Amino acid sequence: MSLVDNIENEAVRVSEALPEDYFALLKPRVMSLVVFTAFVGMMLAPGSINPLIACIAILAIAVGGGASGALNMWYDADIDAVMTRTRKRPIPAGRIARGEALAFGLILSVFAVLTLGTLTNWVAGGLLAFTIFFYAVIYTMWLKRSTPQNIVIGGAAGAFPPMIGWAAVTGGISLESVILFLIIFLWTPPHFWALALFKLRDYDMANVPMLPNVAGERHTKLQIVVYSVVLTAIAVAPWPLGFAGPAYGFTAVLLGANFLRHAVNVWRMPDGDATMIPAKKLFGFSLVYLAALFTVMLAEALVSMVMAW
Amino acid sequence: MSDDKPEMVELTDVQKKAQRRRSIAIGIVLAAFVIIVYVGSWAKMGASILDRPM
Repeated sequence: MSLVDNIENEAVRVSEALPEDYFALLKPRVMSLVVFTAFVGMMLAPGSINPLIACIAILAIAVGGGASGALNMWYDADIDAVMTRTRKRPIPAGRIARGEALAFGLILSVFAVLTLGTLTNWVAGGLLAFTIFFYAVIYTMWLKRSTPQNIVIGGAAGAFPPMIGWAAVTGGISLESVILFLIIFLWTPPHFWALALFKLRDYDMANVPMLPNVAGERHTKLQIVVYSVVLTAIAVAPWPLGFAGPAYGFTAVLLGANFLRHAVNVWRMPDGDATMIPAKKLFGFSLVYLAALFTVMLAEALVSMVMAW
Repeated sequence: MSDDKPEMVELTDVQKKAQRRRSIAIGIVLAAFVIIVYVGSWAKMGASILDRPM
């Protein structure tokens, strides 16, 4: 299968795929977010972990996250071929066969889960396995093509990594790790709906029921505001709950206010606005927002660690 | 006597180069995995890796 494909049709296909094509199957940009948030979860968790084990655990979480990306690309190759944002991915571009991507994703999933479970604990390993299953099966195979709430429920998959990092250290789940989960979980809908607003036609062409092309622009904008309000409130919670300090609290309030301002600008944007500038701005800012929150949380954890020495 | 030569697939230079690069990448990944398991086992068990009945 790796070299010659479709022999029965006498259409011999010899693979020209390069290692970087396989790396692209892992969705490296998503993987970087997974690595970062898992690392923050690990650093915030009470307790200690051997630094070598921590590095291997982060790598296993990254590979597991990447494997779920490969499984997503295997299943969604037909959609990816239609959408401008995804048509250059290795499968629609013809560089990797679907079966190869499936095998690649499955093998990496098994190795990532076994490595994490064996070297840390099976709560972390089980959470990683569940994350891969949730993203590949619940989101990709089921929700994505069937409901405009796809991104709301499916967003859980992207929200698990800090919880896995936390579990790798503590061996359990706690309120703090659930709050970290909730921050990413509630961030996902406004982030993706902002993208869906200005990529509306793409999702329409691919028959993916995103909220804007099912419920309309007005309803989507309202939902963006509602989720943004809940997100910005929950994002402050680590400060009063005591697992983040005042610097984080200040950042969460300041950036949260800015997030809300962008969300309200999207809401006020006239329907049918072709430029979609407020939606593009919200999309861009949402990336900065999430990265900044986790960076400040990490910085505070590192400072308190240094102070404790 | 019939010619029983099997049909061979002649690889182009691009295909050969891609195949070689994939082989190197697989080799590197496998070697890295072996090192990870070795180092991880030491880190996990620490000094107790030597503490076993003879």
